[in-house]
Amino acid sequence: MVLIVGEERQEKIAPITYDLIGEGKELAEKIEEGVDCAYIGNRKNAGELLHYGLDRVFLLESDEFIEEEGASSLASLIEKIKPTIVLIGATNRGRSLAPRLAVKLETGLTADCTGLEINEKGEFLQIRPAFGGNVMATIVTKTLPKMATVRYKVMDRAHRTDEKSGSIQDVEPVPYNKKKILNLYPIEERGDITEAEIIISGGKGLGKKDGFKLIEEFANVLGGVVGASRKAVDDGWIDYSHQVGLSGRTVKPKLYIACGISGSVQHLAGMQTSEHIVAINENEAAPIFKVADVGILGDLYEIIPRLIDEVEEYRKKMGS
Amino acid sequence: MRIVVCIKPTPEGSELAISPETGTLEREKGDLIINPFDLYAVEEAIKIKEKQKEVEITGIAMAPPKGDSALREALALGCDRTILLTDREFAGADTLATSRTLAKAIDKLGFDLVICGMKSTDGDTAQVGPGIAEFLDISHVSWVSSILELGEKMVVKQMLEDCYREVEVGLPCLITVTKEINDPRLPSFKNKLKAKKAEIETWGLENLGLNPQECGLKGSPTRVVKTAHPSYRKEVEFVDEKGFIEELEEWRIL
Ligand SMILES: Cc1cc2nc3c(=O)[nH]c(=O)nc-3n(C[C@H](O)[C@H](O)[C@H](O)COP(=O)(O)OP(=O)(O)OC[C@H]3O[C@@H](n4cnc5c(N)ncnc54)[C@H](O)[C@@H]3O)c2cc1C
Ligand SMILES: Nc1ncnc2c1ncn2[C@@H]1O[C@H](COP(=O)(O)O)[C@@H](O)[C@H]1O
Repeated sequence: MVLIVGEERQEKIAPITYDLIGEGKELAEKIEEGVDCAYIGNRKNAGELLHYGLDRVFLLESDEFIEEEGASSLASLIEKIKPTIVLIGATNRGRSLAPRLAVKLETGLTADCTGLEINEKGEFLQIRPAFGGNVMATIVTKTLPKMATVRYKVMDRAHRTDEKSGSIQDVEPVPYNKKKILNLYPIEERGDITEAEIIISGGKGLGKKDGFKLIEEFANVLGGVVGASRKAVDDGWIDYSHQVGLSGRTVKPKLYIACGISGSVQHLAGMQTSEHIVAINENEAAPIFKVADVGILGDLYEIIPRLIDEVEEYRKKMGS
Repeated sequence: MRIVVCIKPTPEGSELAISPETGTLEREKGDLIINPFDLYAVEEAIKIKEKQKEVEITGIAMAPPKGDSALREALALGCDRTILLTDREFAGADTLATSRTLAKAIDKLGFDLVICGMKSTDGDTAQVGPGIAEFLDISHVSWVSSILELGEKMVVKQMLEDCYREVEVGLPCLITVTKEINDPRLPSFKNKLKAKKAEIETWGLENLGLNPQECGLKGSPTRVVKTAHPSYRKEVEFVDEKGFIEELEEWRIL
């Protein structure tokens, strides 16, 4: 079997779960096996997952995700159902849980995969970027189960069907009393750049903190969210949760607009797989132009207001 | 309080050499520096020491002998003691074998708190910290962006995609820290000179009582079978604001 581990965020199913089911099904087909899902969260969401063509849904009922509890409970489940492959989201929660689980099972774990394949020999190939995206490594695991965390938005998602399949089976919780979640402060939805379809990022080229007002306005007009380079974050212009790159978040929106960002390798590591990239920069030699589809040369303080006007005019013309 | 900081000596800049035989990093070539993310771990330990009495900071690294340069940096920054885990048998370790080896050394040292960086710039897995915690059978909190309280228990802020969580955890435990947690200091010239001459303690396989099957390449369930250099280069098209609108239309964004 292929076992995928679903993720819950503030009582909702995290979308990475559907990526994992989609990819899990593809792999399962090639090795002629089924797909199970282990879900850590509430019963209602586990019920919803029955609409995705899974063989079984194993529910570890929990109000708040606790790594140690998840690892112990899933380890006993895995020892019982013996899957060949285990996929977990390469999210902050997933990357905190998976290594504990792999150590319990004494098996290999490949981090943050962007490609998974079964070759002619039936080997499970795990492909991942390393060294900040400068190298793609293909990794195989000698032990069972073969475990991988999977990057968000790179796999084909599973689709919902009206029919239900499989059933929910409860997993025995192994409570953990050395850790307590005291409080949870949601990051406002517009701040979660990993979910965004459109990201407008500002960098050092903004010259001042106030520059982000313009970026925000631009983002509002396009229905996007605000991202940032590390230099903008380090200068205290914007919160770290907006940082894109090696030491910030990895994003993959439909549209990424880099404004006043040079395009260091560390920044590129977090955004170069975006679907469409636009760069606004006054320096023609800025490396950001090497990964951009479209470039606009010049002072962003002149360009962005013009772009805002154009977008608004276009909307008026189209009557929306 | 005994704090252990895990410091990974990593290649400086982008000069990386991958061995064609094993697919692992050739750590023999080029200089090794402190993994930039581990500077935040070292800084946080020093900040705790500045605030509390009787804190001892030990920096540990598993690396080839020349990894001592990273530990000298750590001494210059303010670590009290450093230990280099080095042995031919440790070479080629994946995250499972690395976590096991580091955990064994940390257990031998004795500790109240282990601090790791959030990830390494070369391995880039973020797996070693939680892996060590599991081998030591202690709690861990990854992605810590601030320590709110530190006494018998610890309260930390953990950064997730959708929220920050305030987590209370009993000691001993392990945390991995993000760059939001502090601003790492630079070592003074005097401390640098002193660290240059310091004797770096080294431990090998026998010191840890591990068997060779559990370490390095032999103790690693994963193998790198191929490496490739991807290219994300595109041919950029320079446009004006009208062209921008046309592109957005074509991409179905407008
Ligand atoms: C271990 C490590 C991890 C790192 N992690 C990250 C990370 O996660 N994310 C990240 O972004 N960086 C990261 N960095 C830092 C990275 O190396 C760069 O320093 C940083 O990305 C540069 O930010 P920037 O492009 O905003 O600034 P700069 O490099 O200073 O670029 C500013 C750009 O703005 C342009 N400009 C200036 N004025 C204007 C104007 N008026 N109009 C238009 N254009 C203008 C300039 O031509 C220039 O290209 C990391 C570095 C290290 C060592
Ligand atoms: N060889 C090593 N020696 C010491 N610490 C390490 C080593 N490898 C990883 N670490 C620690 O684990 C963290 C995560 O590393 P990684 O799992 O490689 O991304 C690093 O920031 C270090 O704190």
